[in-house]
Amino acid sequence: MNSRLSAITLNTFREAVRDRVLYNLILFVLLLVASAPLFSQISIGLEKLMLVNVGLSSISLFGVIIAIFIGIGLVSKEIEKKTLYTILSRPVRRWEFIAGKYLGLLLTLVVNAVLMTAGFYAALLIFIHSLAGTDARMLIAVYFIVLQFMMMVAITLLFSAFSSPIFSATFAFALFVIGTFGEDLKNFAAMSHGATKYLVTGAAYILPNFASLNVISQVAHEQNVSGQLVLFNTIYALLYSVAVTVGAILIFERRDLK
Amino acid sequence: MHAIEIRALSKDYPVGFWKRTLRPALKSLDLTIEAGETFGFLGPNGAGKTTTLKLLMGIIFPSSGSATILGKDFLDPEIKRKIGFLPEQPYFYDYLSAPELLDYYAQLSGVPAGVRKQRIGELLSRVGLSDVGNKQLRKFSKGMLQRVGIAQAIVHNPDVIFLDEPMSGLDPVGRHEVRELIQSLKDDGKTIFFSTHILSDAEALCDRVAVIHKGELRGVGVVNDFRSSVADKTEVIWLGAGALRAVEESVVEPHITGDTVRGTVQSADLDRVLDILRQRHARLISVTPIHRTLEEYFLSKTREREKEPVQL
Amino acid sequence: MKSRRQANVTWGLLLVALLAGAIVSRRQVDKVRGTQTTLEDALYLPSGKTVKRLSLGYSSLLADIYWTRAVQYFGARHVRGAQHYELLDPLLEITTDLDPNLIVAYENGAIFLSQKVPEGAGQPDAAVRLLEKGIRANPLYWRLYFTLGFVHYVDRHDYRAAEQAFQKGSEVPGALPWMGVMAARMAEHADDPATAAYLWKTIYETTKDKEIKDTAEKHLISLRVESELDELERRTKAYYESRGAYPEEWSDLIKVGLLRGVPVDPNGVPYRLRLDGTVQVADAKKFIYLERHGKPLNK
Ligand SMILES: Nc1ncnc2c1ncn2[C@@H]1O[C@H](COP(=O)(O)OP(=O)(O)OP(=O)(O)O)[C@@H](O)[C@H]1O
Ligand SMILES: [Mg+2]
Repeated sequence: MNSRLSAITLNTFREAVRDRVLYNLILFVLLLVASAPLFSQISIGLEKLMLVNVGLSSISLFGVIIAIFIGIGLVSKEIEKKTLYTILSRPVRRWEFIAGKYLGLLLTLVVNAVLMTAGFYAALLIFIHSLAGTDARMLIAVYFIVLQFMMMVAITLLFSAFSSPIFSATFAFALFVIGTFGEDLKNFAAMSHGATKYLVTGAAYILPNFASLNVISQVAHEQNVSGQLVLFNTIYALLYSVAVTVGAILIFERRDLK
Repeated sequence: MHAIEIRALSKDYPVGFWKRTLRPALKSLDLTIEAGETFGFLGPNGAGKTTTLKLLMGIIFPSSGSATILGKDFLDPEIKRKIGFLPEQPYFYDYLSAPELLDYYAQLSGVPAGVRKQRIGELLSRVGLSDVGNKQLRKFSKGMLQRVGIAQAIVHNPDVIFLDEPMSGLDPVGRHEVRELIQSLKDDGKTIFFSTHILSDAEALCDRVAVIHKGELRGVGVVNDFRSSVADKTEVIWLGAGALRAVEESVVEPHITGDTVRGTVQSADLDRVLDILRQRHARLISVTPIHRTLEEYFLSKTREREKEPVQL
Repeated sequence: MKSRRQANVTWGLLLVALLAGAIVSRRQVDKVRGTQTTLEDALYLPSGKTVKRLSLGYSSLLADIYWTRAVQYFGARHVRGAQHYELLDPLLEITTDLDPNLIVAYENGAIFLSQKVPEGAGQPDAAVRLLEKGIRANPLYWRLYFTLGFVHYVDRHDYRAAEQAFQKGSEVPGALPWMGVMAARMAEHADDPATAAYLWKTIYETTKDKEIKDTAEKHLISLRVESELDELERRTKAYYESRGAYPEEWSDLIKVGLLRGVPVDPNGVPYRLRLDGTVQVADAKKFIYLERHGKPLNK
């Protein structure tokens, strides 16, 4: 990694940390602790199931929210405040700026997710009093959540590269929702006819698909996740994220910065 | 080799809701700046100074034309190791401290890790910020920020330095200090290209100035020419309004404030006027020769052709 | 300027290549997951009312999603010849809670529900409940009465209820006249295969769902076979009455002029003549809906 890229990455990470983004961890721990006694009231057998569902879902949701709220300002804020002027007047290529911002936010989210996962396993230990061998499987769910972050960061960055934060937030969130229904969209396509079919099929493949990255309920029920799914999900998330980031670069490369 | 060579550089901004109409902000600018020169880029508000600098920095792209810096195309990323830039009203990452910010910028400019720490220390004392410690920039005053801005522009020891209104928004002390800083850079042999509309700063620092107005270059002048030109008028101020009547026909536009009179006298008449005033027991306060100043030059350049309709 | 354009082209080509790669890998992901995982996990919530409250005003969009899920669920199960369709009824329930005016969910959903296993969920009572809910919400849509009568007749063999449904439907303004005809037939010729054939023909001609059209076609073919079998048995009986013995081969009937040639089923396979004068199809599996004297041949 070249030194300019790593400098931008680390600075983006540093900004997030100093903006107290990691404070959300406290909220996460509170959520787990507060909900535990609730679970045991619902049903003794379901305690663990609920803990896994709540824990993993919040790791995903917190991350997506952070991705959107930081992501939308990544580029537009630097344009707005003109900090970009002092970056672009240096030997920094425009693509390096975008890539560095991307990696910086992703790093933030990964660190955040790692800390949350540690807290989650601690909660399992404290409330369920044991860790089974199959509990390692939940790491696959966390890994998929990180893949989801990769895609979300790319998407918010793309919007941030050409539009205002409000617009970016709205659209990034809309894409997140559409993405979670990604497979339904494909099912719609399969059921429609004529021109609509081609249109919806095209949209289904171009829009992100987060449905296949969500295996939370599967691992909560201690079901297996196939190795092939891990492999293809990884390839898919990687290619999709890089594609969207290249889209952001393409827009940013041609842009006049006000 | 010229330090900077600007050839027919133009920029049109799309305006209006549909961004269909183009409005020229810079019209075919040709300018060359020699190595080691301190060059003032003068113009009233909205003249196109910032536009020119943003073009040269690759922040916006020209509609046509090009430029070279130190002989290389201005968009070549490698040439940017050798240039420094201070934007107008700079704002920096306010969650960083001054040393952190400078370290970040030094890294981006490719300053090797080994020399960064020492250089940043020296730089901070050079701009008078050696005692700021690790205070975050959000707690800095405007003057301190401007100094940080100059520090970041020279942290990688560039050969050519671009400054966009480096003195604006500063108090007299701050202005003086920034002036000194620029003077010391000039003494180091750097090429300095700075925009301003504060003419006294330009007069004090620059070798040459260009005047730009409404996106058009109106003239380029050598500052020394203004300084050495013979004064043909003199401003005289004295106490004793009663003496005015005796010299009335020689004094142009007299202003009377209480008992004080201020007026302009042709240099040829000066001795005679002073004699009469002495005879009338008026108390002389000052006698100042008026040069053909930079201000006059500036005003004449920006005023001429004013009435022509601006083409859209 | 020129090199900038070149850079843009390079980034553009890279973008296209990456997107293509992403789409290919997306297809792989879908293949690995299959349809079944999608349908059984998530988004199945116990009550449509809850979902509706959660849907923040997008309930009709969500209804479409649930309807898609129901169809996919049914289709995927159907292909695998499944014996159980536990989720079908709740999915339809949620769908119609979300959008009570989604006619297609009542019409097609009821048929999916009422058909016998493995062709459907084998839950005609659930189908009746769904249709009655649909009629309450859409009283002016007379075709729902038709489907209701149809389910009563075909799957529940409740001819009185069928008659009432057709009768009520015929009273809805704009109902086609044959609704009244159907009601009358229920009263007089309920057991007549021609009545069943007429009903299935109506379904076949009016449905837009391929699955249902297929089913209707199979039913029509089975009904045709049934009436052909009846006719052939009438002729062996006539042979017996004139000769005192049942024919041993089809040629016996042809010789005496009771048949013109060897009779074949709609697939072109000859019918089988048994020594007791009864007639069968060669392969009963080919006609899954075939009934003899009110009893299905296939169990
Ligand atoms: N992003 C933009 N879109 C449209 N017009 C612009 C844009 N930026 C600048 N302009 C116009 O271009 C002209 C030149 O602006 P510029 O900022 O270069 O002036 P300036 O000489 O730096 O003025 P000042 O002394 O006020 O800083 C102005 O008329 C301005 O309104
Ligand atoms: Mg300006």
